[in-house]
Amino acid sequence: MAYSDKVREHYQKTIKEIHEGGLFKEERFIHSPQAADIKVEYPEGAELASLINMCANNYLGLSSHPEVIKAAHDGLDSRGYGMSSVRFICGTQDIHRELQDKLTKFLGTEDTVLFPSCMDANAGVFEAILGEEDVIIADRLVHASLIDGIRLCKAQYDSFKHMNMDHLAQKLEMHQDKRIRLVVTDGVFSMDGDMAPLDEMVALCERYDSMILLDDSHATGFIGKTGKGTHEHFGVVGKIDIITTTLGKALGGASGGCVSGRREIVEMCKQRARPYLFSNTMPPVIVAAASRVLDIISETTERRDKLEQNTKYFREKMTEAGFDIRPGQTPIVPVMLYNAQLSQDMAKDLYAEGIYVIGFFYPVVPQGQARIRCQLSAAHEREHLDKAIAAFKKVGAKHGILGLKKKEIIEKFGV
Amino acid sequence: MEDDAKLRETVLAYVKDEYIDDEDEAEELTPDTPLISGGIVDSFSMVSLKVFLEKRYAIKIPDEDATPTAFDTVAKIVELVKRFKEGK
Repeated sequence: MAYSDKVREHYQKTIKEIHEGGLFKEERFIHSPQAADIKVEYPEGAELASLINMCANNYLGLSSHPEVIKAAHDGLDSRGYGMSSVRFICGTQDIHRELQDKLTKFLGTEDTVLFPSCMDANAGVFEAILGEEDVIIADRLVHASLIDGIRLCKAQYDSFKHMNMDHLAQKLEMHQDKRIRLVVTDGVFSMDGDMAPLDEMVALCERYDSMILLDDSHATGFIGKTGKGTHEHFGVVGKIDIITTTLGKALGGASGGCVSGRREIVEMCKQRARPYLFSNTMPPVIVAAASRVLDIISETTERRDKLEQNTKYFREKMTEAGFDIRPGQTPIVPVMLYNAQLSQDMAKDLYAEGIYVIGFFYPVVPQGQARIRCQLSAAHEREHLDKAIAAFKKVGAKHGILGLKKKEIIEKFGV
Repeated sequence: MEDDAKLRETVLAYVKDEYIDDEDEAEELTPDTPLISGGIVDSFSMVSLKVFLEKRYAIKIPDEDATPTAFDTVAKIVELVKRFKEGK
């Protein structure tokens, strides 16, 4: 037998080490559609608990929206279930083209190509457009999928301190001898909820003759006055050379992603990006639903406006309650706890209080930066937020952290 | 040619300048602070340190020697640089 006892023991040992390191990830089984109110089975076999979901990427509350579900049904009926093909053989329907065009218009770019996910978009884009004479200069906290994509490409790599524009300028200066420079950043950083200063970055890129790539997965649909994303917030629509983003978060939350930007870059992805060439096309049902999502958010800013109000309210009340909240304007609200065990204990206590949140710690965030990351949604009503805030206050008081600042929490609990 | 103390000082200064934002954390950094296993430098960002060392000391550190373990503290980096400078 090829799967010998020795091999089995090897994996068992590794899994045990993951457990012992406190890094084991568990799934919680949700028995309802994705929404503000969900029913959860956890641990496995336990009775269902009714919880308020404060950790989904369902920013616009469109994941289970009736119009989106209807569009998915229509897509299924009119274009079938699967395409059984990659895009360039026989996997491109009229609705794929239509969705790409809508994304181009919404994002304010020249062209767009769909990928099975944004992870795939990020995995494919660098190798498709850069070679060993080129350099990628990335923010140190960019998403793991960008790092994976960068690793797959032959271009040279350098990085700059998180959102430090002086450091970025130094690096751009240093790499003037390269053929092509590409600066890479997230729009909204997923763990801290902070926004990359794209206006300054675009100015630096113009000064030092560099392209810029923006992964706007945690912004598309709701950041900026009409929800275009971080580039709209900073007034640089049309100046971002490459945007990668997802349909798996605010835009319906099913799956799919894209590379959107300069016409030639998009064409290069179609010719050379391996996840585009060798992975199945997005299924019609998701394409049809995502297309309806873009109509909804192009018709009205109601949902992103509500999300903005929810974000403001939750941030204010949690700060007033005495939590150490990373300042910012985005619906990603990190409640800083610094100590990994404390983040786990508090998440568990909040679960018992009917609030679904997750504690994050190293290596997902840097050492000593453990936190509970809350994510707001337009699906949250004021009552949801008030219940969540009350539960946080109760659990925060139990652990004696209300009113404590970073230094005091670390003194009390260590890192 | 830099002596050991000067070499250590140069590498320490580079690491502080390149990787650390917080002044308190920069103060606390010693030649024995674990950089990669301690979560201060991620293994991917280590590339810029390798390029700096190679340029500054006119050496070539092969990829198989540029491991996260070999780059884990300033003291270890100094040893690595010395090894390649001597081997030149």
